[in-house]
Amino acid sequence: MTETATRTVGTSVKRTEDARFLTGRGRYTDDLHRPGQVHACFVRSPHAHARVLDVDGAPAMAIPGVVAVLTGADMAAEGIGGLPCGWQVIGKGGVPMQEPPHPPLALDRVRTVGDAVAVVLAENRHAARDGAEAVVVDYDPLPAVAHVADAARPGAPLVHDDVPGNVCYDWDIGDKAAADAAFAGAAHVTRLDLVNNRLIPNAVEPRAALGEYDPADGSYTLTTTSQNPHVIRLLMCAFVLNLPEHKVRVVAPDVGGGFGSKIFHYAEEAVVTWAAAKVGRPVKWTADRSESFMTDCHGRDHVTTAELALDAEGHFVGLRVRTLANMGAYLSTFASCVPTYLYATLLAGQYRTPAIYAEVKALFTHTTPVDAYRGAGRPEATYLLERIVEKAAHELDMDPADLRRRNFIQPDQFPYQTPVALAYDTGDYEASLNRALDLSEYAIFAERRAASEAKGKLRGRGLSCYIEACGIAPSAVAGALGARAGLYEAAEVRMNPTGSVTVFTGSHSHGQGHETTFAQIVADRLGVPMANVEIVHGDTSRIPFGMGTYGSRSLAVGGSAIVRAMDKIIDKGRKIAAHMLEAGEGDVEFSDGAFRVAGTDRSLTMGEVAFQAYVPHNFPHDTLEPGLDESAFYDPANFTFPAGTYVCEVEVDPDTGRVSVERFTAVDDFGTIINPMIVEGQVHGGVAQGLGQALLEGCAYDDDGQLMTGSYMDYAMPRAADIPDYRFDFTCTPCTHNPLGAKGCGEAGAIGSPPAIINAILDALEPLGVEDIAMPATPLAVWQAIQDARAPARAAE
Amino acid sequence: MSIALSMTVNGQHVTGTVEPRTLLVEFLRETLRLTGTHVGCDTSQCGACVVLLDGCSVKSCATLAVQCQGASVTTIEGLANGATLHPMQQAFNDHHGLQCGFCTPGMVMSAVDLVRHTPDPSDADIRKGLEGNLCRCTGYQNIVRAVQAGARAMHTSGGG
Repeated sequence: MTETATRTVGTSVKRTEDARFLTGRGRYTDDLHRPGQVHACFVRSPHAHARVLDVDGAPAMAIPGVVAVLTGADMAAEGIGGLPCGWQVIGKGGVPMQEPPHPPLALDRVRTVGDAVAVVLAENRHAARDGAEAVVVDYDPLPAVAHVADAARPGAPLVHDDVPGNVCYDWDIGDKAAADAAFAGAAHVTRLDLVNNRLIPNAVEPRAALGEYDPADGSYTLTTTSQNPHVIRLLMCAFVLNLPEHKVRVVAPDVGGGFGSKIFHYAEEAVVTWAAAKVGRPVKWTADRSESFMTDCHGRDHVTTAELALDAEGHFVGLRVRTLANMGAYLSTFASCVPTYLYATLLAGQYRTPAIYAEVKALFTHTTPVDAYRGAGRPEATYLLERIVEKAAHELDMDPADLRRRNFIQPDQFPYQTPVALAYDTGDYEASLNRALDLSEYAIFAERRAASEAKGKLRGRGLSCYIEACGIAPSAVAGALGARAGLYEAAEVRMNPTGSVTVFTGSHSHGQGHETTFAQIVADRLGVPMANVEIVHGDTSRIPFGMGTYGSRSLAVGGSAIVRAMDKIIDKGRKIAAHMLEAGEGDVEFSDGAFRVAGTDRSLTMGEVAFQAYVPHNFPHDTLEPGLDESAFYDPANFTFPAGTYVCEVEVDPDTGRVSVERFTAVDDFGTIINPMIVEGQVHGGVAQGLGQALLEGCAYDDDGQLMTGSYMDYAMPRAADIPDYRFDFTCTPCTHNPLGAKGCGEAGAIGSPPAIINAILDALEPLGVEDIAMPATPLAVWQAIQDARAPARAAE
Repeated sequence: MSIALSMTVNGQHVTGTVEPRTLLVEFLRETLRLTGTHVGCDTSQCGACVVLLDGCSVKSCATLAVQCQGASVTTIEGLANGATLHPMQQAFNDHHGLQCGFCTPGMVMSAVDLVRHTPDPSDADIRKGLEGNLCRCTGYQNIVRAVQAGARAMHTSGGG
């Protein structure tokens, strides 16, 4: 048996998972149908803030098909706990963050529109919905606060009575004295106030959860739309339902996109699991889109003031930042770390700014919880930094590319310790900038601007040089910063007796193509054909452990865990081969899928070794165990630091305010790339979400906390005609501390693109005197900005 | 009140009894267990539920099952010819036109109908023609490439 596999790493292998998705055979949570299952429909608060005086389920029970109505009181009576937060932020003066309780079903108070007060279980979806409408809830509405700046004002309605001033934490990072000194001696200071608009993630598959209970052995199974089933099991068992983990299996089957919103442990997961035992039947819940808008964690929502100090030569000497971050009504799983350790630690960007000081005050409001959404903190940092750098260039009448170049960390300065905690391992920022300028035909922009002008359009160009910290994280660093879990990843690699390979990974694929990318890595390293490699993910009963997929960590951390497990397979295989070939272990080499005795023609394929591992008639019992199945836990030594340059060109119609993205160029350094097709696809999607943030998307609450953008009729999602074709290329400085050299690519597009787009719009509008534009830059917002800029001129006429 | 229903789905004669308010997508997913057709919203905006009804694309979340009495419905499960993918399905694989796969069935069915109306679609035709289908993963560029390639392949194969 000799099988040689063509090397696949670095090539655009077509995705193996596509076949089932293209033929309707994907298996998503809502596709499952269990015998005897009941459907759950939640009764949700229409008020942003109210006392709950009474919940009367009797009218619902009268509806044919309704099986049960369960309330928060039912859960509390069984001692069920609140949904926990996984990251403790310690604020100024050592004050820990406030963590008010978050019961899965509200008790005596609702704190956001969409807070669930009861769940109705019924024989079918329609009866459950009819039942939910029939439940009578007596609310006593209370004053509410929706916007973070309002929540910070004295006398604002309190979201939690025992959290003064609605302050979750008041935190800072950096050297204040050094930053103040830099500003005192600065030749120029650029100031910028900005809002990072609140977004609703909108994975196209709505969240769903199916709880099952088996009284035969007292075990539970939760099937859920999750990016990290092991984390859900840990949180739900240990903090909410108080169940032993060995009796709980959590499965995340095919998941239709996540973008962060499916990281978190949601109330509905705990409720269906608990209710399944309560009624003795499987309980299935699937959100409708309106529920998704109300209850999926939202993203961003920062209000920031920033100042950049420069010396006379245009070197950045200091940066000061003050941010208010909206947490929503409760602390979601990772909410607290997003505006701190995933945000302020990125404020050095690609630059050598020596003194940085940032303050972040996180506040509760009567809105849906805010947590990680594609990029999570890093888009907010990048938007701030790349807006203020571009503004400084315009103020100083410098080319924005030249100003950046003047301040870049240089290739010979790595590893580079920033003033805000991170140590970058490697990078070459000028390389990606230069490539992006070439690809975007930066030098002949004036020709295109003139052509636009001839059509009556204003053309502008904007840059963004982003950096992100990915592959979170080294467990020690995360722990020191308040993470309540380490952020390693686990993998098991099993050589099967006839030479195929089953890989069990704690990463989860919900669009990223792991079944292809991971199989490429395994096929190349073990020398087996890709078709003989099976990637298994998303099931706590099959996979040793896992921290899941978020923060662009799957390849850098999860892929590295697979490599470590494969290294153990090769080591064990070498022992077996040495025994079979009657050679010294040190004389056996492994390459291209075969173990060879050095300097001889004696060799065995990996398949032959695997077979012997499982039919070991004469293994020496004291030194060689049968089997060829190894697991590894990989804890990275550092974050990875993908970086790149995005260049955007827009045309603005001054009569209508409509912005058209005419050209978008992305050059990214993701380190070593396994499958360029998949990586490019990740950037396409990320840029589309960034374009959505910049031009279309904005979650709006009115002052009373009513969600004004609660459907696709109100919240503008990017559609095919809104998106340009991209120009795209890579540069590469491999990550120095993981075995793949990979940095991660999932979030870059969403991080790098918004400032490039807004900078381009402002460049276009500069001749009209427009100095700022808020996201989303809708036609109305742009038109209004143009009118406002013209108004003083008119007044002077 | 229940209504007896009879229609052809993917070439098979099917019958069922439904409440009048039952949507076509509910009949497909819950009665027939054809779960390839997805539901992504409740305002007929996302297009994950698109199927062909007598050859024309419709949003099955905005179509009552009883409206399809006697009609012929094609879902994503009925598009391939045995083990051979429809040219549009193949083009989506060739051009990485899908990531999480959730919008994909509706996207492919819409694309098939788009090519029926516009045999040789331009980039702009495709972007306009897919305005009823949301994809959050791909940024659409590879979907546009896939539909262009799928359209060419449909002519070559005579499929459609």
